[in-house]
Amino acid sequence: MKNKLISAPYLVWMVVFILVPLLMVAYFAFTDKDGNFTLNYVADVAQYSQIFVRSIWLAAIATVICLVISYPLAYILTGMSKNTQSTMLMLVMLPMWMNFLLRTYAWMTMLGNNGIINSIFGFFGLGPYKMLNTEGAVVLGMVYNYLPYMILPLYSVMVKIDKSVIEAASDLGCNTWNTLFRVVLPLSLPGVMSGITMVFVPAISTFIISRMLGGGGNLLIGDLIEMQFLGNAYNVNLGAAISLVLMVIILLIMTIMNQFGSDDETVLM
Amino acid sequence: MKKISKVYLGLVLMFLYVPIFVLIVFSFNTTKSRTVMSGFTFEWYAKLFRNEIIMSSLANTILIAVIASVTATILGTAAAIGINNMKKLPKAIVLNITNFPIINPEIVTGVSLMLLFVFFAARMNLEFGFVTLLIAHITFSVPYVILNVMPKFRQMDPFLYEAAQDLGCNSRQAFFKVVLPEIMPGVVSGFLMSFTFSLDDFIISYFTCGSDSQTLPVTIYSMTRRKVSPEINALSTLIFLVVVIALVLKNFVERRSESRSLKTKEESL
Amino acid sequence: MNNSLKRIIALLFPLVIGTSLLAGCSSDSVTDADEESEETEVQTLTVADEEYYSKFRDSGISINVYNWGEYISDGSDEGTLNVNAEFTKLTGIKVNYTNYATNEELYAKLKGGGASYDIIIPSDYMISRMIKEDMIQPLDFGNIPNYKYIGESYKNQAYDPDNAYSVPYTWGTVGIIYDTTLIEEENIDWDILWNEDYADRILMFDNPRDAFAIAEIRLGYSLNSEDFDELENAAELLKEQKKVVQAYVMDEIFDKMGAGEALIAPYYAGDAITLMDEYEDLGFVIPESGTNLFIDAMCIPSGAKQKEAAEMYINFMCEPDIAYATTSYIGYSTPNTAAYEMLDDEIKNDGISYLDEEYLAQNTTVFRNLSDEANQKMQDLWTELKSTHDETKNKWLVPLFMLACVILSITILIMRYIKKKKDIF
Repeated sequence: MKNKLISAPYLVWMVVFILVPLLMVAYFAFTDKDGNFTLNYVADVAQYSQIFVRSIWLAAIATVICLVISYPLAYILTGMSKNTQSTMLMLVMLPMWMNFLLRTYAWMTMLGNNGIINSIFGFFGLGPYKMLNTEGAVVLGMVYNYLPYMILPLYSVMVKIDKSVIEAASDLGCNTWNTLFRVVLPLSLPGVMSGITMVFVPAISTFIISRMLGGGGNLLIGDLIEMQFLGNAYNVNLGAAISLVLMVIILLIMTIMNQFGSDDETVLM
Repeated sequence: MKKISKVYLGLVLMFLYVPIFVLIVFSFNTTKSRTVMSGFTFEWYAKLFRNEIIMSSLANTILIAVIASVTATILGTAAAIGINNMKKLPKAIVLNITNFPIINPEIVTGVSLMLLFVFFAARMNLEFGFVTLLIAHITFSVPYVILNVMPKFRQMDPFLYEAAQDLGCNSRQAFFKVVLPEIMPGVVSGFLMSFTFSLDDFIISYFTCGSDSQTLPVTIYSMTRRKVSPEINALSTLIFLVVVIALVLKNFVERRSESRSLKTKEESL
Repeated sequence: MNNSLKRIIALLFPLVIGTSLLAGCSSDSVTDADEESEETEVQTLTVADEEYYSKFRDSGISINVYNWGEYISDGSDEGTLNVNAEFTKLTGIKVNYTNYATNEELYAKLKGGGASYDIIIPSDYMISRMIKEDMIQPLDFGNIPNYKYIGESYKNQAYDPDNAYSVPYTWGTVGIIYDTTLIEEENIDWDILWNEDYADRILMFDNPRDAFAIAEIRLGYSLNSEDFDELENAAELLKEQKKVVQAYVMDEIFDKMGAGEALIAPYYAGDAITLMDEYEDLGFVIPESGTNLFIDAMCIPSGAKQKEAAEMYINFMCEPDIAYATTSYIGYSTPNTAAYEMLDDEIKNDGISYLDEEYLAQNTTVFRNLSDEANQKMQDLWTELKSTHDETKNKWLVPLFMLACVILSITILIMRYIKKKKDIF
């Protein structure tokens, strides 16, 4: 048991396939096509600040909507009987096991001008409304895909809150709202924070949702990176530079979020 | 209050399930229309099974998921044993690097591995394809195994291993007969997690797949970019069905074992 | 990651059992399907020289074919040939078939290295770029006897002047697909793609070369312009168009036009014919003001592992029966003279597929490869086009959002600190 050699294969694997690739991203970001050092590509990223702004903005909206939907849901769940809780949780999680491309595709067929939603509106003499190929559709796609990532951490934190604490609060004269804001909310803060990171990180880096639901006219960071490596604008160095900037942004956000999280959770996100 | 929460729960579930049910309903449609049901047919299912590209990528996906998750489980469990015995600083460093693939946006992990494979491809005889996909899947799976196994060591009595040795076990026996059963739940959940993540992964596979092997999600993506046929709806329906059956079975088994253990407890009383 | 997520993920284990069951079913249904199609088979395949194709019969090799989406007869329509399956049946060579959507995507995938393909089908300008960058290799025409079927007018093209690297697969023009029930204008020309009456009902090419070409025609520039000012003007025109464009797409067009999502889209003639076969309301016009003429040709990348087998595949694609199956299924015009003879007169004279040479010479331009600088410029302008956004109102929201995060975290830190101090006392 004291033998440390047993982890050697993994350590080698970790260095070769986790550490080196990330260093290569950095290497490509700071060199030009001939391998000479340059800051041009990293500087060029500034040119795409609009894309960054839009990605952060859309991801932030999606995260907030997820939070607003999930918080009451998780709270309601914790108040149910044990059996109903596990069934409900299963129902919430089930759609997550469909491939996200299929789920996004489902919305694509529903939101179109001739999609099922507009034909329902049409039945009442309304519309058709333009829903597909808008930013709203992109946000909807993010919310739909990542909602379970918000519900789960919230639920798992709330379910641990001792019910007697809440009872004590109301015994001591707190009304429902006061209990919620002064007792439940602070206690569930770690869950809120890990939920936010778990939704925000995939949302900011997505490249399929914007293409399928956003019409391809307004790129997000993910699209921009994909375009440099496998798409219309082949430029590996620029792609690496954008990836590097994205990593830094996410690192920043994670650090902020970790400030709120409880200490023992820092290792496990 | 109760009523409101029920309605709310219903609304969220509706939001989650309506798109999937729309997909399912139109998989039986005789025409390609997505708004009008014109008849009932199994034609698209027959076509789906005849589609060699889908079938071969399905086989690929399963093969890769099996090999990757088994390898990752062995590699990760061994790593966890070694890491557990490390001193504080190296342990923290290794754990933090291990966390990279989990925290980083998938697109960055995919891109970084792609850069590494391109580097190898240029210098050694490496081709994008099955091998690169496998390496990538193992790489993003191992951290989940480690994350699952590590806490089990923390819960385990550190003297258990020594006690076994004192009682005459050699170190191999002590490991397989005493330690492994203790950490088994973590190993199993790590395996299951990496297996399902490997089955479902699109983004990393998209950047690391080659000319001769694709996984099912990559094939689904190229399907959504072309003339879309209701085959894709049929595929979604089947995947959904498999997921539902799996969850129901799992729940059934769990409840039975629960009630059985309850019974034995009662009997012993 | 928290525990409940892990647990729920663990619930999914039996998925494998289910999926492997599915895989098990599949082999059965394949044989069923074969028996069925035996009865309804319409087209059959005869090749001149079966001996030639037997060379690799028992060697168990496979080739990697990288082709455009929807660009081969895959047997999905009743009575059509599944070209790749027929090839495997005839030669014993397995075909790994994958798709790309644009020439640029193909270029990126190939240039990135790593992925090894034996057959690719780029368009004219991309072929000359790949020749220049040593990405494709000369063919051994001794292995491609069916090259004789390729019409003379498709040989000696500027992109491959010595006919050394490529064998034409299909050709065609670019035009406008539109919904005839809702668009009543006569003389439809490229400017309809800017018409605000059809705002949000217009689709546009999702690749820079085809998109810029349309703007360049409108501005009266050459389609092969390398002038930076001209490129910038074209980009400006495309930017103007952006507000009426519903989406930038490639083969998604089949879906969007078919479902009536959009009314107008510029696209390739062959796909327009496929669409019109399926949806009567659609029409297609090749604008008077000129358009692009393209030839897509089969090439073998420099690193190909199975060059001879790849040449066999190219030869197979030139078999009259196969070329006929291809052109009738995908709708693009064929350069194969024997296959052309097999076509119905209706198709030969549909006014879209086979235009007379004089008209083509006068009204169409073939893309040439641009200089590296011009390519880069076009690329940059294209990315800029797709990243600019009219609404600037959001500009300050993100910095504000980040600032709020920072302030929030600092307050929490301070609060924690105060609390800790209180706890101590």
